[in-house]
Amino acid sequence: MHDVRTEPAPSASQAPTTPEVHYINATHGAMSWFFTKDHKRIALLYLYAVSAFFLVGGIFAMLIRLELATPRGDLLTAETYNKVFTAHGVVMVFFFLIPVVPTILGNFLVPIMIGAKDLAFPRLNLASWYVYMAGGLFGVAALVSGGVDTGWTFYTPYSTAASNTHVVLTGLGAFIAGFSSIFTGINFIVTIHTMRAPGMTWDRLPLFIWSHYAASLIMILGTPVVAVTLLMVVLERTLGLGFFNPALGGDPVLYQHLFWFYSHPAVYIMVLPAMGVISELVSAFSRKPVFGYKMVAIASLGIALVGFLVWGHHMFTTSQSVLAAMVFSILSFLVAIPSAIKVFNWTATLYRGSVELASPMLYALGFIGLFTIGGLTGLFLAAIGLDIHVHDTYFVVAHFHYVMVGGTVTAYLGGLHFWWPKMTGKLYSEGWAKVAAVLVFVGFNLTFFPQFVLGYLGMPRRYHAYPVEELSWQVLNILSSAGASILGIGFLLPAFYLTYSALKGQPAGPNPWGAYGLEWETTSPPPTANFEVTPIVTKPAYYYAPEEH
Amino acid sequence: MGGTFTLFPSQGSTLAGRVDNLYFFMLAVTLFFTVLVAALVVVLALKYRRKQADQVGANIHGSTALEVIWTAIPLLIAMVMFVWGTNVYFALAKPPAEAMEVYIIGKRWMWKAQHLTGHREINQLHVPIGRPVKLLISSEDVIHSYYIPAFRQKMDAVPGKTTTMWFEATKPGEYQLFCAEYCGTQHSGMIGKVIAMEPRAYQQWLAAGAPAGTLTSNGEQEFTTLGCVTCHREDGKGRGPSLVGVFGKSQALADGSSVHVDEAYLRESILNPQAKMVPNYQPIMPTYQGQISEDALVSLIAYIKSLEKPGAAPAGAAGTHEAAPAAGTH
Repeated sequence: MHDVRTEPAPSASQAPTTPEVHYINATHGAMSWFFTKDHKRIALLYLYAVSAFFLVGGIFAMLIRLELATPRGDLLTAETYNKVFTAHGVVMVFFFLIPVVPTILGNFLVPIMIGAKDLAFPRLNLASWYVYMAGGLFGVAALVSGGVDTGWTFYTPYSTAASNTHVVLTGLGAFIAGFSSIFTGINFIVTIHTMRAPGMTWDRLPLFIWSHYAASLIMILGTPVVAVTLLMVVLERTLGLGFFNPALGGDPVLYQHLFWFYSHPAVYIMVLPAMGVISELVSAFSRKPVFGYKMVAIASLGIALVGFLVWGHHMFTTSQSVLAAMVFSILSFLVAIPSAIKVFNWTATLYRGSVELASPMLYALGFIGLFTIGGLTGLFLAAIGLDIHVHDTYFVVAHFHYVMVGGTVTAYLGGLHFWWPKMTGKLYSEGWAKVAAVLVFVGFNLTFFPQFVLGYLGMPRRYHAYPVEELSWQVLNILSSAGASILGIGFLLPAFYLTYSALKGQPAGPNPWGAYGLEWETTSPPPTANFEVTPIVTKPAYYYAPEEH
Repeated sequence: MGGTFTLFPSQGSTLAGRVDNLYFFMLAVTLFFTVLVAALVVVLALKYRRKQADQVGANIHGSTALEVIWTAIPLLIAMVMFVWGTNVYFALAKPPAEAMEVYIIGKRWMWKAQHLTGHREINQLHVPIGRPVKLLISSEDVIHSYYIPAFRQKMDAVPGKTTTMWFEATKPGEYQLFCAEYCGTQHSGMIGKVIAMEPRAYQQWLAAGAPAGTLTSNGEQEFTTLGCVTCHREDGKGRGPSLVGVFGKSQALADGSSVHVDEAYLRESILNPQAKMVPNYQPIMPTYQGQISEDALVSLIAYIKSLEKPGAAPAGAAGTHEAAPAAGTH
């Protein structure tokens, strides 16, 4: 155990203060926000917008769970239910999970963590927010004018030939939002390549930066494919061009290939930045370098690249060739290995650490558990012989919620709490934050664990009602719905105490956690230019204790 | 309420046990690693809790040996899962040659079954136990998915394609049948029962509802009504090739390649005749895309499959044999 002081311990006489001028109060008025080119302010614009979509998607989730608490579809009509789960999926995937970490935490932190004044293209960054809002408006317009019932996957020929709902509006919304993702990806990659502070070499980059770099590769390579695919759906629907409808000479399975070529890697757009957050949290609250820094960075790139080669595992039951099924199966197993490596590395980071179980760390440790279950159950789906049975059942629903909610959302919440003092300059109530973290963990497991059992029992997904004679289905669904209400409270609590802290919280000082990293060397909140003087980096990432010799 | 409470689905087919064994293996691996990681996280987090505010952790950067170990072990386990899973998949994907055939058509929102005997059912499927059953699945509108949890089997019904699935029921009983691919408003109502029966009871069921014609005789009627018979003459002297005995064979094509004549090729040749031309014939056949119902198409395919050269060895005889079980050949 080391007792090396990295900086003088704060004493009562040196109570932290907030700087006079910082990015939030540097200029005033609505126009100074809506035309800002400051990446930190744009991050806050995203914070408000993405949070609003999270609330909307969450309300739909609660409606779904309420409906399924009883076997007969007695709360909503079948048609309404189909629109509700579609809205839940579209909003959560395209307007919450994909943008949440990169646009809020990434936007705020990528320049600061590498010692830059801003992103490479500040105007493009602002444009990406407006494009995201425009896409969101299309989605909202589709919702208020009656909704859409295709499921977020828009499978053809249902979406092009059968559905009588607002497929075109919703598809265009997702299409437009995609450009926002592409803009962000380009901005991150160029920034990381060209704007690192002197001494910030590639092997000194925080893992948060590496994971955003890897996710950005997927954003710029994958998003155009889904954009074109959704456009093809719109064209088939409006002009009758026969891409996917066999009655017009098309192939419905071709749609699935194109769609999943993006939408499987999209899971890694959500999870890779989340993994970046976890690396930062585990390191900061153990005051240690991340175990196997290099392997964790390489694993990020590995996941991004192999992640492009596994899309076919969504099509094991469409009678694709046996050979194709085998290839997609083995590649799906391979993509799990880098994730396993990361889990072991984070766990090993705790060894001989100086571990503080602050609220962000509770989220991070919860993430490790949930992501382990989410990742391992992914193997059940990669094993073709088993996937046939559980495909399109609640087993799949449980699995991807463990990865996407258990992974992305807990990491986001952990990161938001960790960097909240940096973003606002204020401290929040640690007690309430711990309560919320525990509620999220407990509520999450109670919601989604029963769904694994339901899925193996055979309950298909997207069912508005289920057979009354399957008594165990109802018991498991009630457990899941009960868990969802706990989870809902866990998500709502931070909205209150974080908002309260921003208004009335104690000043945080530059480095309330005693963490290492450039973002903790500037004031909280940072000045508009991030640093008074451009920092010069002389130490590796996560330099908590001097090298031993 | 009422009904049964169980946390594990019943095993109703010969392959259900094999799927479950793989499931239990993967469950055990999952439990082991989850407990391992959770225990390590809790133990390490508590053991190395920060004691003083300014305490830092040990300066450990990593260990190549450890990283090799925890890369190699998961890789090895994953490969075992891959081989095992693929092995089970081969069994699930390949129907035995002697399987009896039933045609299934998905349509919003019902499952139609057509037996070769001419029996038709909606949202039900009667099958004998102890005998492999091969389903030839198609769809009239959007993608559906034929799913029988107790048999651990599932196959999409893709419009424009004929997909296959098979099972052999082991115990008499009624098993839930679901549509697993989202197909619109009544998706969750597109459910039914597979009724597995003792062979004798199955024969009685067949005898009780004897239909007017078999699936192949219906198909023969379609073949005449649609005028196919004028070109596809049995003696091979028509404007189209004779279809006698072509099913299951390899067919040379005009472009020099060849194709295995299966349900998919027959379907394609009816809906899009110019796609794969047989040599020495003119591309004069009209497309039947949109002109023919899925029901008629299915019976037409069944009829063409049943066409045998007189006196030929019963290579594809399973079909014709099946055509008349009501006559008491079992």
